[in-house]
Amino acid sequence: MLLAPIVWVLTVVICYYFAAQVWWFPPAISQHGLAYDAQFMRTLVITGIIFFLAQFALGWVIFRYRDNGTRAHYSHGNDKWETIWTSATAILFVGLVLMGTRIWVAVHLSEPDPNAIPIELMAKQFAFSFRYPGPDGKFGSTDLKLVNDAAGNPFGLDDKDAAGKDDIVSASLKVPAGKPIKLIMHSRDVIHNFFVRELRLKQDIVPGMEIPLYFQADTPGVYEIPCSELCGLGHFQMRSTMEVMSEADFEKWKVEQAAQ
Amino acid sequence: MASPVAHSAHHAPQGFIRKYVFSLDHKVIGIQYYFLALFSVLIGMSLSLLMRFHMVHPDAKVGWFGTLWPTAAQGGIMTPELYLSLMTMHGTIMVFFVLTTAPQSGFGNFFLPIQIGAEDMAFPVLNMLSFWTTLLALGVMVAAFFVQGGAPLAGWTAYPPLSAVPQAGPGEGLGQTLWIVSIAIFSGASLMGAINFIATLIDLRCKGMSLMRLPLTCWTWFVTAILGLLGFAVLLAAGVLLILDRTAGTSFFLPAGLMVSDQILNHKGGSPLLWQHLFWFFGHPEVYIAILPGMGVTSQLLSTFSRKPIFGYRAMVFAILSIGFLGFLVWGHHMFMSGMSPYSAMAFSVLTMAIGVPSAIKTFNWIGTLWGGRIRYTAAMMYALGFVSLFVTGGLSGIFLGQPALDLYFHDTYFVVGHFHMIMGVAAIFGMFAGTFYWFPKMFGRMMNETLGKIHFYMTFVGVYAIFTPMHYLGIAGNPRRYSDFTNFDFLGKLLPVHTFMTHAAYFTAAAQILFFFNLFWSMWKGKKAPMNPWEATTLEWTVPSPPPFDNFAGQHPVVNHGAYEYAVPGAPRDYIMQTDPVDVHAE
Repeated sequence: MLLAPIVWVLTVVICYYFAAQVWWFPPAISQHGLAYDAQFMRTLVITGIIFFLAQFALGWVIFRYRDNGTRAHYSHGNDKWETIWTSATAILFVGLVLMGTRIWVAVHLSEPDPNAIPIELMAKQFAFSFRYPGPDGKFGSTDLKLVNDAAGNPFGLDDKDAAGKDDIVSASLKVPAGKPIKLIMHSRDVIHNFFVRELRLKQDIVPGMEIPLYFQADTPGVYEIPCSELCGLGHFQMRSTMEVMSEADFEKWKVEQAAQ
Repeated sequence: MASPVAHSAHHAPQGFIRKYVFSLDHKVIGIQYYFLALFSVLIGMSLSLLMRFHMVHPDAKVGWFGTLWPTAAQGGIMTPELYLSLMTMHGTIMVFFVLTTAPQSGFGNFFLPIQIGAEDMAFPVLNMLSFWTTLLALGVMVAAFFVQGGAPLAGWTAYPPLSAVPQAGPGEGLGQTLWIVSIAIFSGASLMGAINFIATLIDLRCKGMSLMRLPLTCWTWFVTAILGLLGFAVLLAAGVLLILDRTAGTSFFLPAGLMVSDQILNHKGGSPLLWQHLFWFFGHPEVYIAILPGMGVTSQLLSTFSRKPIFGYRAMVFAILSIGFLGFLVWGHHMFMSGMSPYSAMAFSVLTMAIGVPSAIKTFNWIGTLWGGRIRYTAAMMYALGFVSLFVTGGLSGIFLGQPALDLYFHDTYFVVGHFHMIMGVAAIFGMFAGTFYWFPKMFGRMMNETLGKIHFYMTFVGVYAIFTPMHYLGIAGNPRRYSDFTNFDFLGKLLPVHTFMTHAAYFTAAAQILFFFNLFWSMWKGKKAPMNPWEATTLEWTVPSPPPFDNFAGQHPVVNHGAYEYAVPGAPRDYIMQTDPVDVHAE
């Protein structure tokens, strides 16, 4: 039966490309990223084994049990096997999700670091903007009516507020390596998404909500930020970058920006 | 159970219009639904080919694009917004007018009454009404292409504010309004259908057709109808609220502080997340609306063609019921990244893993059914076997996505696109192919061509794996979905060869469908005449002529004495016992 070898060959080819990792994650740049990769590999190995065995078994019955004119053994099933595979799958699936829970808790539910560097993200069709509070550590107040993208004021910073005088606004994200960051996310029109592959982090940016995201990046470099929630006709080109720099470079960058 | 007196009053209608157009006959209505889905799948497939073309040749100049879309493809170059319209319409048409329509309303309408020994559905007029309402919904949906601004670009999920604010993009004006109206009409039609299915199955089963003797197809149509009843009611309400936000100035889904296209909006107090909750409360059960009937058909065929009783009938029924129940408790897994409380994400993920268990039970039982069988490799059986393979592949990628921790990366990447196409797209479509080859003789009185069917099967089976498997690798590389081209990011440029491969695989698979359409229409007129029971199957539709007469059983009232899958019974004269065979068939 031709179908059996086809199922087997497809199975082997699919498994090969997962094993060969030709198209794969970029290297992780954070502790969270490493934990993520470990959970991914656990899931991949377990589902990979189930995938291989299930497809192999399917191919086997197709290959083995062609009609030969005799009658099959009359059976309506087997409760023992039914119980075994039901419990086994339940334990395996729920076990996997519980193992991943630590990662989820670390990202979203752990006690936030009070010393995390606050950075505000404002998303709009079709650009990201980032704001740093400046030396005073305070964000100045903003007003939608003052928004002027052409004049470089995507946040609508209020000139009259002293706290906003030293705020730094940037089109790309700069963070110091090895320091906890608190990214405070806003959107002013539709839903957007913040995604850095190397951080293994993703979060929708929802208008009307203030969503904080805590992370720490350890490896210096420049990483792309693709918008990952459909936001309109320019969705495919809504791009920014995250540059992870040494602490000294980061301080130097802030001084340069403040001077402008 | 049955009410024979009232139903014997049925008389076959005279005249073309009452017989084939505004027909009350569930069989004609089933075929009408089937052809509606067939027409829709042609549109949906064409749109996907245009999308696949654009993704690898975003700057290509194609003369007839300009002719078809004078503004959105001016000079023959497809714009990103046109790409998004095609994507939105592809998803919408496929999900609603194909996956929801053919397996349930098409096959279900035709075969549920016959399989339970009824003369028609419980409410024939409602049945006719639900078909014509669905057709109206399709007309309104397709009309969105032809209005100012074109079809909407907010995707089949239509997340506000994008879908709620007309100035958020081209297509978000009248196009989006028509989209919502169409979905609301479709919801109404589906509610009528669901009520009819539920009433029919509960009230019109013939003598002896106890619940545990029902073919598994009937169980899946029944549970699907319940899902439709509860799900579409919520979608209808959500659609009405969205229309109000767009046209009446309400703020159900729109918060304060919005500024779209440099214009400050006056909404306040709404939440974009409310839409997502309402939508996915429908949207997740919808996935099972698409796949459950396919599971039923697969179970039916695997048993019939391996000449063995279904392995673990009770476990299968239990699995169908628990999938139906749990299907309403997992919608939050579409929203792990939405800004919803991280605590609820954990609850939804455990429930999501729980729903994997009955799905796994079904797979084990299918293999158990085949094990030790005497398999007859008909074209119909090939599709059922293909269904099992695709169901396993598509299901297992759900184990990644169901974990919020792993969804932190995979959400909205091609991994998701690969996952749902594999399972609710092609697995469900294979269920339809299986159903078509299996029931065609009964529906049209002729046999389909087996050789053509098998060639079509092999090409499609390899083709869909070639289209949708690479999407998982792209997802692992972080490729976001809903991008019209990949030239703006360094990391996406490197993935372009994979996209090119998938596009070619899509051309190949689409070309293979010509074989199916040819086989279908050729067999309708020229196929070999079908006998009453060509597959030596046991259920009630095989006890009546092909095609069945107007009231199915020619005034007779069938009596059921056996379960649905009595194959290979020791001591029986044949290797199968029909459900209507006398009780003492063993003694013969």
